Amino acid sequence: MAQVRPKAEGQILDVRNLRIEAVTETGQRVTLIDDISFTLNAGEVLGLIGESGAGKSTIGLSTLAYARTGCQITGGQIMLHGSDLRGLSVRGRQSLRGVKVAYIAQSAAAAFNPAHTIFDQVAEVALKHGLMNRAQVRMDAIRLFRELDLPNPDVFGKRYPHQVSGGQLQRAMAAMAMIAKPDLLVFDEPTTALDVTTQVEVLASFKKLIREHRTAALYITHDLAVVAQIADRIMVLRGGKMVEQGTATQILQQPGMDYTRMLVAERVAAEQSRFVEDHAAGDRPVLEVKNVVAAYRGTVNVIDDVSIDVRRGDTLAIVGESGSGKSTLARVIVGLLPRRQGDVLFDAASLKPRLQDRSKEQLRRIQMIYQMPDVALNPRQTLLDIIGRPVQFYFGKRRAEVRVRVEELLQQIDLPPDYIKRRPHELSGGQKQRVCIARALAAEPDIIICDEITSALDPLVADEILRLLRRIQDDTGVAFLFITHDLGTVRRIANKVAVMLKGKMVANGPTEQVFSPPFHPYTELLLSSVPEMRPDWLDEVLSRRRKAG
Amino acid sequence: MRVGGIRITLTAIIGTLIILACVGGAILAPWVAPHDPNLPMGGRWDPPSPEHWLGLDQIGRDMFSRILYGGRISIGLAMLATILAFVVGVVTGLAAAIFGGWIDMLFSRVADVVLSIPNLMWALIILSGFGTGATIIVLTIGSLYSVYVFRVARSVAMNVVVLEYVEAARLRGEGLMWVILREILPNALPPLAAEFGLRFCFAFLFVAALSFLGLGVQPPDADWGSMVKESALAIPAGIAAPLYPAAAIALLTIGVNMVVDWLLSMYSRPQGENA
Amino acid sequence: MLKLLGQRLVLGILTLILVSALIFAVTEWLPGDIATNILGQQATPENVAAIRAELGLDRPPYERYVEWLRGAVDGDFGTSLANKRPVADVIGPRLWNTLFLAAYAALIAVPLSVFLGILAAIYRNSIYDRLVNISTLAAISMPEFFIGYILILFLAVQFRWFPAIATFKPEQTFTQHLYATFLPMLTLVLVVIAHMMRMTRTSVLTVMASPYIEMALLKGLSKARIVVRHALPNAMAPIINVIALNLAYLIVGVVVVEAVFTYNGLGRLMVDAVSKRDVPVVQACGLIFAVVFIGLNLIADVLSILSNPRLRHPR
Repeated sequence: MAQVRPKAEGQILDVRNLRIEAVTETGQRVTLIDDISFTLNAGEVLGLIGESGAGKSTIGLSTLAYARTGCQITGGQIMLHGSDLRGLSVRGRQSLRGVKVAYIAQSAAAAFNPAHTIFDQVAEVALKHGLMNRAQVRMDAIRLFRELDLPNPDVFGKRYPHQVSGGQLQRAMAAMAMIAKPDLLVFDEPTTALDVTTQVEVLASFKKLIREHRTAALYITHDLAVVAQIADRIMVLRGGKMVEQGTATQILQQPGMDYTRMLVAERVAAEQSRFVEDHAAGDRPVLEVKNVVAAYRGTVNVIDDVSIDVRRGDTLAIVGESGSGKSTLARVIVGLLPRRQGDVLFDAASLKPRLQDRSKEQLRRIQMIYQMPDVALNPRQTLLDIIGRPVQFYFGKRRAEVRVRVEELLQQIDLPPDYIKRRPHELSGGQKQRVCIARALAAEPDIIICDEITSALDPLVADEILRLLRRIQDDTGVAFLFITHDLGTVRRIANKVAVMLKGKMVANGPTEQVFSPPFHPYTELLLSSVPEMRPDWLDEVLSRRRKAG
Repeated sequence: MRVGGIRITLTAIIGTLIILACVGGAILAPWVAPHDPNLPMGGRWDPPSPEHWLGLDQIGRDMFSRILYGGRISIGLAMLATILAFVVGVVTGLAAAIFGGWIDMLFSRVADVVLSIPNLMWALIILSGFGTGATIIVLTIGSLYSVYVFRVARSVAMNVVVLEYVEAARLRGEGLMWVILREILPNALPPLAAEFGLRFCFAFLFVAALSFLGLGVQPPDADWGSMVKESALAIPAGIAAPLYPAAAIALLTIGVNMVVDWLLSMYSRPQGENA
Repeated sequence: MLKLLGQRLVLGILTLILVSALIFAVTEWLPGDIATNILGQQATPENVAAIRAELGLDRPPYERYVEWLRGAVDGDFGTSLANKRPVADVIGPRLWNTLFLAAYAALIAVPLSVFLGILAAIYRNSIYDRLVNISTLAAISMPEFFIGYILILFLAVQFRWFPAIATFKPEQTFTQHLYATFLPMLTLVLVVIAHMMRMTRTSVLTVMASPYIEMALLKGLSKARIVVRHALPNAMAPIINVIALNLAYLIVGVVVVEAVFTYNGLGRLMVDAVSKRDVPVVQACGLIFAVVFIGLNLIADVLSILSNPRLRHPR
């Protein structure tokens, strides 16, 4: 094993009063990062926590003396081993990046070049900077692949990025970052794009790597439970400013600031809130799906023999990982994808497989809300047009009446009445999703299908949306079919849950019952993979799994 | 500079002025042309003078008046061809995007075959079968370019059709016309407008090329392309005047391109930041 | 991957057959009684009958098409209506002249514009990049004949560096050929270079915006290495398509440029044949241009399939 440089001890990074600005299209200057200071010692992991737009990635990249196009570091110092990175020449930056500080991106699938093998890309930094010869790099790479639990470490590197799975590629990126034995690793949401069951394994590999090499790291994430597993200290950011900074236990258990308290409380609620009682108000189902089979093209069934029923006032959550067929089920119910077999009953009457063959009344009574409010709202229409159209279309109201009704609905979703003339681009993400809810409510439906409607939103915003939905349900008795991959959301909103795996339904029943022992093995795997805020959660899960074999 | 929330650039202003000058001159030719375009009134290639701003042509006719009148034909034919291309192309393109299936298959395959050889080749082949003349040129260019418009309209509409607000309208039970007119077209309009400008440029150059090759407008009518052809022999003798009509072609094309660039930049830029 | 290549080949041949059928239909079948059409005012019954016999118009169109196609495969395109010589003899030397001019222009334009386009991408938003942008606007706005005549006016008339009329005799040397055809070549190069530069620039920039380029930057690699090793392999396929597309512009440009420089090529022959309505010659020229063009696209397709790592290294 070639030791390139002696491992650094003591303080490695000292960021003082960092300020980063961006210039917008119209030439205005916007401050992205405002007066951020922190230090990092050898072997220490600092978690950067915050919602989207908090400036986490921008800070992370600045430690590589890098700012994205349009951004500029305009103030403060970034001292690595006592010298300021801001003064570096082009050459100086090149010999810093990858060698002293290395970066691990959110999506390995995008960060690996499709034209070269994994080994060539892993080895590139060490070879290009003349740190080792090819044989040494090969040995080191194989050792790293092994440490990261990659399959067949001896030959793994010969493959091309598209030939391995997402979780494996994410770990290969860690190998690429570690090859030159950097003093500092920057992890930028490295597990966010993965399914929960994969996330556990990748997280474990990262933790092992950092621990064994005693490398200092910045770990950027929006997930408090993930950062709890890996960070010694945590810094909370909001809108480019620091909210607070402290040890992991301190921040997670005794947060000092209101904002941090809200973030922690939201997370605690997702973990520990009591299950929604199975109140099943209605006696007969509003919607019944019976043994439905569906496929897009060809012979592979995306949904295979799925049955559910939803009563008035019910919230049924459909959970599963990507590719489980949960969104396809929604498309089958609304008739966008005609079913091949089975039946969908609405109010005890069979619905036609195709949307076009259903009556206007049937269409009115089933409404849908989407994941991305940005593309679910026509950018050229005002809220009056968007929310008013169902009122006019289904109930034939006149203009003045439509307006009154839209104002009513805006009030219901907590938006001021003068928003009626606004267009979607003048709203925030959470507000747009509220408008989508109002549009669904305007049809006065019996059931609303919510397809991952909170997953594109920040936790606090998502929490408000969930509250709004519960309030609406209490007021109107509308049923929700809630499609999600997030078990914390399920716990807080659903009285019933159906678990899907590869197109099949593996568990179905009241949430409390499905989520309590005895579990279906897959449900147990899913539940145990959801990170918890206890710092020892990851180690527990791993040791438990090792025991179970 | 901003007018009514829309950013106006210098390029856009200059482009618009050029277009207005060219189109205005062509439309108003009978009123603004200083002389009869077909009447010889001096020597061959007399140089520009206060009386004849651009001099005289190879048989002593006023060049400036001839350019004004020629523009009527050049711009008119290109405009008609572009409109034809748009009517056919947008209708088939929207149909292919919305209905998909065999309609899309059929139209797309036909487009592939037409686009598999350069359209000047098609034009030459068609003209050899059907003869030359203004009508056949408009029909030829219009139908060849409808294939390009089809592709653009189809892909623009496809991009809009998959968006969830269109799906939401379908789920609501809206009729086809409502979905097209209210949800798809308003969002497909800016790229289609840019395509119209671009298509006009190409049609305009196409008409000019055919006329220059002697396959376009036949004498005594003259458009800008055929004017160059008729007098091109003087160029190797060192006379630049035959190139004035060619310069007019370039000028109008540049003007339209400037406006198209501006339209495209508006389309790619988001309309505003989040509130 | 072999399957994919085979599919492309079959598709290419199928397209060619469809195009040839269309060429035939448009020239001989759709216009109706072409014998009368061709003769125009000289249509006496005897003349019409002669043309009918010549083209075999009394037989059904599909029979004539099959026979024409079979002849074309053997290099027999029938006889010219204008001068009664075999079409193949008329075309032969002309084809060579056109191929010479097109290849001459392509050999200079392709490497030059790909190189300049990559430079524009690397130094985006620099003065050089702006210059590229402006020259593109100018080039797409000027008719080909305008560029050609301006060159004549300056380089042939004003400075007398090159001949204005591109004629050469077979007994002249190769260098004399190159000299004689310099201005038409330059015109063609100017016609396609701006397009090709701009499109190369766009495809390189698209690749340069990928996350793996940012990753390469964050690995401390030099700009040259990032471009050569990380961007270019992925920009190959789009650049190949850019070249194929622009060779089409070049083919179209040849027709006009030959007219400007009274160059004895296939393009001018075809234009003459169109105005004389010499149908067999038009058909033959059209078919030859189609073969060249579809062939180029096929080669581009095959090359871009070969340069795609996902297809070269299947899962």
